[in-house]
Parts: sequence; C-alpha cells; structure tokens
Amino acid sequence: MQPFTSITSVATPFPQVNVDTDIIIAGEFLKTTKRTGLGRHAFHSVRYDVNGHHIADNIFDRTPYCRAEILVAGQNFGCGSSREHAPWAIADMGYRCIVASGFADIFAGNCAKNGIVTVTLPQDQVDVLECEAEACREITVDLVAKSIILAEGMAFPFDYNPVHRHLLLNGLDEIGQTLQNEDVITKYEKERMHVTPWQF
Amino acid sequence: MPQTMYDKIWQQHVVEDRGNGVALLYIDRHLIHEVTSPQAFDGLRLAGRTVRRADTIIAVPDHNVPTKDRHLPNPDPSSAEQLATLEANVQEFGINYIPVDDVRQGIVHVIGPEQGITQPGITMVCGDSHTSTHGAFGALAFGIGTSEIEHCFATQTLVLKKSQTMRVTVNGKLPPGCSAKDMALAVIGKIGTAGGTGHVIEYAGSMVQDLSMEGRMTLCNMSIEAGARAGMIAPDAKTFRYIKGRPYAPKPEHWNAAVNHWKSIVGDKDAVFDKEVALEATDIAPMITWGASPEDVVPVTGVVPAPESFSDPNKVQSVKNALNYMGLLPGEAMTNVLVDRVFVGSCTNSRIEDLRAAAAIIKSRRVANSVKQAIIVPGSGLVKKMAEDEGLDQIFLAAGFEWREPGCSMCLAMNPDKADPGDHVASTSNRNFVSRQGPGARTHLVSPAMAVGAAIAGHFVDVRNF
Repeated sequence: MQPFTSITSVATPFPQVNVDTDIIIAGEFLKTTKRTGLGRHAFHSVRYDVNGHHIADNIFDRTPYCRAEILVAGQNFGCGSSREHAPWAIADMGYRCIVASGFADIFAGNCAKNGIVTVTLPQDQVDVLECEAEACREITVDLVAKSIILAEGMAFPFDYNPVHRHLLLNGLDEIGQTLQNEDVITKYEKERMHVTPWQF
Repeated sequence: MPQTMYDKIWQQHVVEDRGNGVALLYIDRHLIHEVTSPQAFDGLRLAGRTVRRADTIIAVPDHNVPTKDRHLPNPDPSSAEQLATLEANVQEFGINYIPVDDVRQGIVHVIGPEQGITQPGITMVCGDSHTSTHGAFGALAFGIGTSEIEHCFATQTLVLKKSQTMRVTVNGKLPPGCSAKDMALAVIGKIGTAGGTGHVIEYAGSMVQDLSMEGRMTLCNMSIEAGARAGMIAPDAKTFRYIKGRPYAPKPEHWNAAVNHWKSIVGDKDAVFDKEVALEATDIAPMITWGASPEDVVPVTGVVPAPESFSDPNKVQSVKNALNYMGLLPGEAMTNVLVDRVFVGSCTNSRIEDLRAAAAIIKSRRVANSVKQAIIVPGSGLVKKMAEDEGLDQIFLAAGFEWREPGCSMCLAMNPDKADPGDHVASTSNRNFVSRQGPGARTHLVSPAMAVGAAIAGHFVDVRNF
C-alpha cells in the first residue's frame, strides 16, 4: 500500500447525506473476484442514466473534478454494507482522501486498509471545504500534522483513529505486522483452550 | 469497575493491548460467502500465507444463488464464477463448506445460529455487515471488509479500536400486529442511520427479553442500519435452550461449563453505557419506510413527510431526491401506496417465526391481481423443511405466493430475483437504498405480516385490523 503523508488537490463536492455503499458501488458490480477495475462502475446512478448511458457533465467526470484526489462528502458517508469494493472503486477513480462530518465505521476501516484517508470534521468546516471545492480551489490534507489547509492558509485540525493513521502513514502490510508477533497469538490460544475448551 | 457485556467479551479476547483502546483481538468464529471472500484468498496466495484455523470457518453460498430452477446452470456467468471460486478456495484451504444442494444451505446469518455455531461470549465475524444478527445470542459479532477477512484467515485476530457503548431499552409490551421488525425500524427512526456510529448497541428491557430468539436476531440484524457495527442481547435460558443439541453446540461433556461461562459474560447490573436510548413498546405501531434510507420511516398510519419539515438543509435535499425517486408526494397516506412486488425473506426476516407470521395473515385470502409477483424465500433449507412440515408452503401457494429455495434473493439484486424500475416493493429486508432491489426499484421496508397484508390488498394496510 502506498504511504499517505500529505496531498494537495482540487476536491469534488458531493454533499448528499447518507451516501450508502450501494450508491458507491451497486450490488450488480460486486460479482468480481478481483480488487481492480471498479472505478468505472463507481457512483453508477450519478454518472449514468437509467439506460446505462454516460452523463457527460456529472460531477465526478467533469473538469477539474475528474482528476480530483479529494472528495468532500455528506454526513454518514459509506453507510450500509461492509463491501470493500466501495473503497476499491473510490481508489480506482483516483481518490485518496474523503472529508465528511461522519463516516460509517466499517467503511472508514476499509478505506484505511486501501490507502484512503477519511477525515471527520464538524459540518460547518465541511461546508467551508465544499465552497472551496465548488470554487475549484486546491486543498491540502496533511495526515502527519493531522490538518487540512485551505488555499488561503486557513487550517482545520482533525483527530484520527490511531490504528488507521499508523497504517496509512507507513503504507503497512498489517497482516505481516501481526504475524511478526505470532507467539502472542499462540500463547493466547493455549490459555483460552482451558477456559472455553468447546471452542477448540 | 462494573462492566458491560461488550467490555467483558472484549477483555476476554484481547491478545495484545496496544494502548488507547486499541487491541489485537482474537476471533473465535468466521463465516464466509462467495461475494466478499475471493480477494482475501487471493491475498493469502500472493503472500504465500495460509489459513491459521480452518476449523473456525464455515462457508456457504447465499448472495448469488438463484432461488428457483437450481438444476439449471446459473444464468449469470459472473455469479457462476464467484460461486465456483468459493468452492475451489474452500477445497484448497480445507474449510467447512455447505454446498448449494445441501439441506443446510441458506443465508449465512440464518445458518450460523441454526447450526449452533453462534454462541454467547464469542467473537464472530463475516464479510457482511448484517453479522450483527448473531449478537442476539450475546456474541460480539460484526461485519468486516475483505482486508480484515484476509487478516483473520492468516492470524485469527483483528486489530481493532474499542467502540463506545449504547444501551437501547425497550420496556412494555408490543401491541398485537407488531413485531421485532417494527421495533428495529422504530429504533432507527428514533436515533437515525448514524445514531449508533462508533457504538456497540446492547438491547435491554422487558420487551427485548420477551422476544423469541428469531425476534432477537431480527432486532440485532438491523443494528447496522442504525450505524452500530454490532448489536447484542444478554443470553438467558431461552438462548441456551435454542443452542442445545445443535450440530456445532458444545458437546454434553462441556455443556454445563459452557452455560456457566455464558452466564458470566452478561453485563454487570450497574455497568455504565456511553449513551442510553429508551423506547416504550406499547407506543410502537407497524412501521413502513417511505424514502431511500432506513431512517425514512413512519408508522403505517402516517403520511409521507414534506422535505421542508427537516431542519438539516442537506437532509432536505436528500428527502426531495428520495421522494422523486420513490414517486411519492408529501402528505400521501402510506396505506394509499400501491404495491407491485412483495418479498418475504432476507437475513432480517426469513426464519420460521417470520414465515408463521406471514402465513397467519393470509386467512384464505389471495394475492391481489394487481401485484406482479409475491415471493416467500425461506432463510435456509432447514427453515424451508420446517415450514413445509407445518404446511405453511401450502398456505402460501394456495394464496398465490411463490415458494422459493433459500438465499439472499431480492434483498440485494445480485441474483435473478430483482424488481423492475419503478416497482414499489413491500420488502421484509433491511435496506431501502436507491436501486438496492434492482435499478430504479422502490423499496418499502416492513415486517412479514405487513408485507403479506400488502400482497393481499394490493396496497399497504394496517395489519392490526386486517
């Protein structure tokens, strides 16, 4: 996974609340055994009409947002299912950061495993970022400093889940990390076998 | 310090405390299905890793399987490939597998409890957000993404940050005609789809205790629709009775020790929760959704709300979008909404009690001619068999319903069961998202009784006087 320290980009404004994972990537596109190539199906109902024709001026595909790496989204973004296809699709579109006033837990965790930073800010600050996005002004997201910096220099500090931040900053293989410490798992299992033997 | 049930289960599963509420947590049981697992197996192969404890995993196909004509090849080649991939993967890694032609096959969240895999005090995961269902047994059960599936395969653990706790107390008695589904929808209506974000819910109160195990599963199932990754209910004698004798239940020589352990994980009486929510069961009516989010819900006696009645400007816009999508006008009575399709099934409402409630409404009546399709999809082959032994299938068939094979079916449009654009669907599933049941489909979430009532009348009805 590519480490994330800081990026500067224009941002796509998408303020709709409760954007669910079906909107991000609909069920019909989950029938794949790969992680790649989902970007073209992302936000399908926003980018294509009912007949499947591409809507040329949709927010995601119009200039300059087609090259945006940041998405400014609405409250409770990513609610619904646990499908990791949602962050895979968003990453495939080129996004590396989503800013909103709230994210669904599973979605935020899935993003962290795929190099996507999910920044939670108060709604009034998200509203400011949306205006910046609408005006096509660049935004900087700095995960090291835990801060979002606007073009005119104003900064919004944010908190971040320490587990996710560690993964993102270092681009780590979490499994490899856990396996380095496999002895503690074996030790736990040996002890647990006496407490709940019916589980083994 | 007094502990909640969540605190206790969490503490007992900490393999390594990493500070700040972060821990390497041991996972006892892992359910898998065809849609979210292939990339995890691929990841293992790429890194030359293996599954640490194949004995803790059980695999079953459910999302993509057709619910009729199963003797024919799967009509969708990509579904067929995903199903074949699951079969190849479980063989390669030596994982317990329930194939599609096995009587035990069904929806992963119906199978777990039915086979006795789901037990109090365990940690349980599945690459499916409705894993919260298993919390009905006092398990800490939650949905995970594919990277976490892979992590769990390789290490039998997950790196997690502890959630906050929320107690939802429902006291009093549910009125006749109301069910656990209506309770779940009432809770979501009250706290919203983000109300439980960052929290694990524990359901408590006399009405929660009064629920059957099936009802408790329905309630915990929809915790995720309230934003909570897990929902739990303290195990009791009803829980233990349900588990006893099932294939994966503790063997007789361990039974007493297991029950003692299960009793010990119930939360302490004076434990403090980060958030408290209370509902009075007597105030709950049959519920129905009007919009494209499960929080867009009203009692069946209610009307479609006006967008301007919401205070958040972004919500106003989404309500406008939702009403446009649903083809509904503010002020319209919910009982005036005509129904094109009816779906009784899904991990929320496909268990035997749901089918009994559905059959009980029929009273020798028939599905209205205006309804294009009304399907009843049992949650597992064993539920199907039980229903057939009770003669429920004959009641459904005589009334004009289709009686299907088990699977996720019309809940999510990943198999041949789909609604057409513009169809209003009375659905016992859990999500009324845009296009969830097929492109342009208009989902109304209801209880099994309400769905069948709508099938007979051709529009939504208040089942309390139907």
